[in-house]
Amino acid sequence: MPTFDNPFDPDRPLTSGCSCGHHATERDHQLDHQRQQLACAPVETEDKRFEGVVASAVVRAMFPQDATRRAFLKSVGASTALAAISQFFPLGTATELFAQGGALEKKDLKVGFIPITCATPIIMAHPMGFYSKQGLNVEVIKTAGWAVIRDKTLNKEYDAAHMLSPMPIAITMGVGSNAVPYAVPAIENINGQAITLSVKHKDRRDPKSWKGFKFAVPFDFSMHNYLLRYYLAEHGIDPDVDVQIRSVPPPEMVANLRADNIDGFLGPDPMNQRAVYDGVGFIHVLSKELWEGHPCCVFTASKEFITTAPNTYAALLRSILDATAFAAKAENRKQIAAAIAPANYINQPEIVLEQILTGTFADGLGSIKTDAKRVDFDPFPWESFAIWIMTQMKRWGQIKGDVDYAAVAKQVYLATDTAKLMKDAGFTPPAATTKSFSVMGKVFDPGKPEEYLNSFKIRKAS
Amino acid sequence: MNLSLSVRAAIVSVAFLVFFLAGWHIATRGTGTAANMSPEYARLMGATATQGKSAMPGPLDVGEKLWEHIKSPFYDKGPNDKGIGIQLGFSIARVLFGYLLAVALAIPLGFLIGMSPLMSKALDPYIQILKPISPLAWMPLALYTIKDSNTSAIFVIFICALWPMLINTAFGVAAVRKEWINVARTLEVGTVRRAFTVILPAAAPTILTGMRISIGIAWLVIVAAEMLVGGTGIGYFVWNEWNNLSITNVIIAILVIGLVGMVLDQILARFTRMVTFPE
Repeated sequence: MPTFDNPFDPDRPLTSGCSCGHHATERDHQLDHQRQQLACAPVETEDKRFEGVVASAVVRAMFPQDATRRAFLKSVGASTALAAISQFFPLGTATELFAQGGALEKKDLKVGFIPITCATPIIMAHPMGFYSKQGLNVEVIKTAGWAVIRDKTLNKEYDAAHMLSPMPIAITMGVGSNAVPYAVPAIENINGQAITLSVKHKDRRDPKSWKGFKFAVPFDFSMHNYLLRYYLAEHGIDPDVDVQIRSVPPPEMVANLRADNIDGFLGPDPMNQRAVYDGVGFIHVLSKELWEGHPCCVFTASKEFITTAPNTYAALLRSILDATAFAAKAENRKQIAAAIAPANYINQPEIVLEQILTGTFADGLGSIKTDAKRVDFDPFPWESFAIWIMTQMKRWGQIKGDVDYAAVAKQVYLATDTAKLMKDAGFTPPAATTKSFSVMGKVFDPGKPEEYLNSFKIRKAS
Repeated sequence: MNLSLSVRAAIVSVAFLVFFLAGWHIATRGTGTAANMSPEYARLMGATATQGKSAMPGPLDVGEKLWEHIKSPFYDKGPNDKGIGIQLGFSIARVLFGYLLAVALAIPLGFLIGMSPLMSKALDPYIQILKPISPLAWMPLALYTIKDSNTSAIFVIFICALWPMLINTAFGVAAVRKEWINVARTLEVGTVRRAFTVILPAAAPTILTGMRISIGIAWLVIVAAEMLVGGTGIGYFVWNEWNNLSITNVIIAILVIGLVGMVLDQILARFTRMVTFPE
């Protein structure tokens, strides 16, 4: 269940299992969509939102079984339930604790980001005042590439940073760098990537005809790399043999596409839309069409920062959660596009960012498409995301041997997330931390990663 | 034709410039086909796609943008957006810091190598191996060991500026005419005094030539280093504008980098002339 939903709504599931990953069943998913169309949620205040986050944790802890909770709420009614629970758990006090925290150990922070729309919550929190609201003086520093942001974070030049969701796992496991324990307390964005092809390929939309293509992805340890490989393999193309996949920094992608060095890329926005804007590429498929609700980039910090400055970390995370919740609302997206477009932040034409964030965009082939969830924001770091990422790391030979999927996932993706903040406030964190989802129609069960991995025909020979 | 040579050269120079600008202007006028698209769709697209405008900016675009930069070179709109003057300041400061460090090491070491045939032979293999290494190859190693991006950039400047100075100093010192050293020896001048009063002035032109080569290399390297680590400096400016695919600003940066490089080179050239002596 998305973290910002009302936990006292009996019709709302707390754990998920539908195609989009937000609902318990497919039926709930459809109902929910209908309801969303009928009733537009009013803008909440920050206090309300915190109360909601804390209350969800409490309700989730009290009723690990969704059916029981639903029965309980239906029989007594939401307001009675709220009153009853408030007697045992002082929701008001807890919310206050969560919202304020203790004295800040450090007020001046540096947070690194890569200028792509995935970093929207981290970036917008600066011009829109989400950091200062928490009493923090955060400088958001634009960084040239993933390897540099990794090194600058490891060097402690940055207190926290924007990374690709597989990077903290790789860093923690010591793949491609020294092993340093890292944590992902919040996912920044879900969806929001796309496969962009050069306009000269506009009649070659069938992936089976892509043998010999040259593709670019932003980094080896990226969802982009895994999704592109997955997509190609599902269409019978072996990504290690039939095509070439290069690691190219996002800003160079459009330039390379124009120069005909690559045939296409699975890249982060704004580069997909920028390629369309400049008339050199078209959007072949959005990443949400491969996996609805996939994670992309994360907000990450070292375990050391989290343990040495817990209050600062909590305040920082609160600003990020708050910004993420604000960005999750469709009506705020235009305003955000204007806030993050200047040279100090993403440095792109505002119209490009607006198309990405509002989901009404030119596809590069002459038509305007609408998909409000083209990019979306939901901070909950599901452990199953991490497990899926590790299965793909192993599938493509980035890690070898036995992997303790659940343990690494727990260490990186949940140990210190939102749940920790709730623990600080005296609560039991949510019970469910994994969920099942499907990628291109194939269901992933986080409990059976090895079986999932072995079910793929195309993989790197080990 | 009674015009002096320099006046004639200036006329030819200006003619080249006018010719180049005119050619550039014509080449980028942009007569590409304007695609047929609905107004709603066109609103979402850039000028390259809608009006067939050339992706390469013309001289007028560049001039206009340049004027904007000249009007406010020192604005500061946050850590990632500063005026071109401030960015240049950062770059020059880094270059000078790394360069002076290199001078401080290269000249004494060069003296040692030049005066001692033993050290010269012993250190030669190391110098030969380290000299041709590309500055950017040092970058990951520096970032990893120094653990600070700014210091790493300075280190890369240092390591690249070191070799020409070291080699030129050693060569200059070794090539001081034997007669002069012998004269000093007959007059019973001590080693230290001999180094400062005889060898240094005699080798100075060669040493300064090495320093002049080094400052050029340091300035070449800083742009690449800053593009890699980002943050501040003219290299970061280029990278940030590339990110936005703003070729206009990249061209301006190229122009400015060239101008500053020339100024640095001319300063060293003046110093070289000051110490040159007729034989």
